[in-house]
Amino acid sequence: MSFLRTGAAVATAVLLGCFLEGCSTAPVSVKAASVKSDNDRRPAPDFALKDADGKTVHLSDYKGKVVLLDFWATWCGPCRIEIPWFEELERTRKDKGLAVLGVSMDDNGWEDVKPFLAQMKVNYRVVIGNDATASAYGGVDSLPTTFLIDKQGKIAAIHIGLDGGRKDFEDGVDALLREGSSPINAGNGSVPPAVAAAKQQ
Amino acid sequence: MCLPLLRPQSSSERVTVGQAEKVAGKRSAALQTKIPVSILEGYHVNSNTPSDEYLIPLKVTWTSLGALEGGQVSYPKPEKITVGDQALSVFTGKFDLVANFKVSPKAPAGPGIASGKLGFQACNNKMCFPPKSIEFTVPYQVQ
Repeated sequence: MSFLRTGAAVATAVLLGCFLEGCSTAPVSVKAASVKSDNDRRPAPDFALKDADGKTVHLSDYKGKVVLLDFWATWCGPCRIEIPWFEELERTRKDKGLAVLGVSMDDNGWEDVKPFLAQMKVNYRVVIGNDATASAYGGVDSLPTTFLIDKQGKIAAIHIGLDGGRKDFEDGVDALLREGSSPINAGNGSVPPAVAAAKQQ
Repeated sequence: MCLPLLRPQSSSERVTVGQAEKVAGKRSAALQTKIPVSILEGYHVNSNTPSDEYLIPLKVTWTSLGALEGGQVSYPKPEKITVGDQALSVFTGKFDLVANFKVSPKAPAGPGIASGKLGFQACNNKMCFPPKSIEFTVPYQVQ
């Protein structure tokens, strides 16, 4: 009886250890609070938007990278709070496979955005968004709205407003960077069901 | 699945403009009316003099003055709040905008309506909403 109890305890400990830490070289379980499990992720719609140099940027350009996609505007105070967080993430995780991409929703486009980026010394790529792109991402009714997109091009987390804070972004990005990589499969521009479901709550 | 998104109310619900008091006066008379504005609790709009050049001010724009002239608006004293480390000049709660007119010297006697738009951009401490405008009217009577 005692032997059986001991054996069961050992087996439980091993299983629990495998669950928490992983027992193979397979991708580790994602533990960041804001990151959805792989089954709950939906493809991020692709887009074609211009950056400050006039170059067309597609989400699918970021094949195999983790993308932090931030919808923001110069007139949005909370967006301004997040910008230094994203600059730090770009600085410290770019070489590990992160790309931060800002999507400005300013009606006046680069006329307002370029001087703002210079003033804030923004170190990541920014494109000018449009209604079609916002609609594809579920409407983006409020700013900031930030999507964490995994290496497969799927939306792994959505942050609405100053939701969760800096640490949540760091944990989410780090968890996604630890996941195994495979080719991106960007969406076809339809509203991600996960976003649509979220917006109905 | 539980996702952390609450569908926000429409911007027109976060900010409402009430009916301005009807004004009446003879030709060339100075008139004044109050335009009541209400901001939903927990939200704010930038004042008419925002703390930053990128922030969008609360602003009245007249689309038609009819037989009235002028339309200069007096705004209330803004509140100072801090979001993050950013000091903001905002309006919250209920307040009146005061519009000042003069009846045109050649105005025909009778009723009329001046119309305008209140432009604003609303936020709370966590998020902001796209700039919007609300149309409103000021009824008047030329005596």
